[in-house]
Amino acid sequence: MSKPIVATTSLAGCFGCHMSLLDIDERILDLIELVEFNKSPINDIKKFTKKCDIGLIEGGCCNSENVHVLKDFRENCKILISVGECAIMGGLPAMRNGIPIRECLEEAYLNGPSVKNNTEKIIPNDPEIPIMLDRVYPCHEVVKIDFHLPGCPPRADLIWDALVALITGSELKLPYEVVKFD
Amino acid sequence: MSHVVKITIDGVECMATSGQYIIDVAKENGIYIPTLCNYPGVKPKGSCRICTVKVNGRMMTACTTPVSENMEIDNTSGDIVELRKAIIELLFIEGNHFCPACEKSGNCELQALAYRYSMMVPRFPYTFPQRQVDAQNPKLVKDQNRCILCKRCIRAIHDADGRAIFAYHKRGNKVEICLDPKIGKNLSDELAQKAMDVCPVGALLVKEKGFDQPIGERKYDKEPIGSDIEKL
Repeated sequence: MSKPIVATTSLAGCFGCHMSLLDIDERILDLIELVEFNKSPINDIKKFTKKCDIGLIEGGCCNSENVHVLKDFRENCKILISVGECAIMGGLPAMRNGIPIRECLEEAYLNGPSVKNNTEKIIPNDPEIPIMLDRVYPCHEVVKIDFHLPGCPPRADLIWDALVALITGSELKLPYEVVKFD
Repeated sequence: MSHVVKITIDGVECMATSGQYIIDVAKENGIYIPTLCNYPGVKPKGSCRICTVKVNGRMMTACTTPVSENMEIDNTSGDIVELRKAIIELLFIEGNHFCPACEKSGNCELQALAYRYSMMVPRFPYTFPQRQVDAQNPKLVKDQNRCILCKRCIRAIHDADGRAIFAYHKRGNKVEICLDPKIGKNLSDELAQKAMDVCPVGALLVKEKGFDQPIGERKYDKEPIGSDIEKL
């Protein structure tokens, strides 16, 4: 039987959840025995080269590119997992959700105390730049997400146990110390 | 005149004194009923509904219902657990509860209940309400994003003359806690700390300190909320 294929991505996240995945330490050797990686920042594969079994999503959706990548993952992965608070509820980027987008952009590019050289008062609007969404969206409000692993980041043991349970078809045990929101 | 009554909680026979609230009888008998708005020594309010139990088949709040003879109380059946879970999830989506950035994380009762009831994600869409953080008081920061409107601070915190320091203002979905600016100005360190301790979430925080307990040593890091009662 061929190995299950895993893809990962970081949307509006800080890569902390990917670091936590690497925190499984020497079990990473077991992991590459268990699965094959496709599109992921870990191996730097930029585009899906085949259909995947499991997609790990870090971060929520704050711009049009995040939405595009997330929909691409949904199309190419059988199972999608929201990894971490940002994917689950928007997280730190979602702290802008109560502030109108114009105000955010004006603070960043026009009025902020460290804005010095923007003499022409331009808010970047090149069509190449992904457009920011009105607010940051949790992944499950954009596409169907199958499982959620909370934490900031989710404990390495939680990610490992969840992956192993999913791959081997065994029941996922959730010890109290492992599921935490921070 | 109080007298002894016999009740059953989940089939376990318990002796109680008439007039005692269900929640206290359960606690004495080592049975945990979750609470949020209820606080020992403070008049119960029954506002959060998390302690809902079935009394002879009817949903009642355990913190405000006094026991009476032959009450049959159901604390564990599927629909009760499901109801409590839904309440926890609703509280999470109704405010802005971003645990990783909260000083109360690990000591927060709402978070601890979410852990106890294995909440991975709320089933309802997040509302991301627009709320204010008020740092005008010299001793306390009031973060409305995290407030669950349990009224614990209103009921428990009084000045030396017995006047409440906190109150509700506005109405409906705009209601929020406010701190009396005049009485609040002379808030003692002890009272400020008490206010923070009374708050089940991180809506009231003592200024100039935070994150003083390392992760792993906080109140609910190792054991679920209610374990102390169940160990009795």
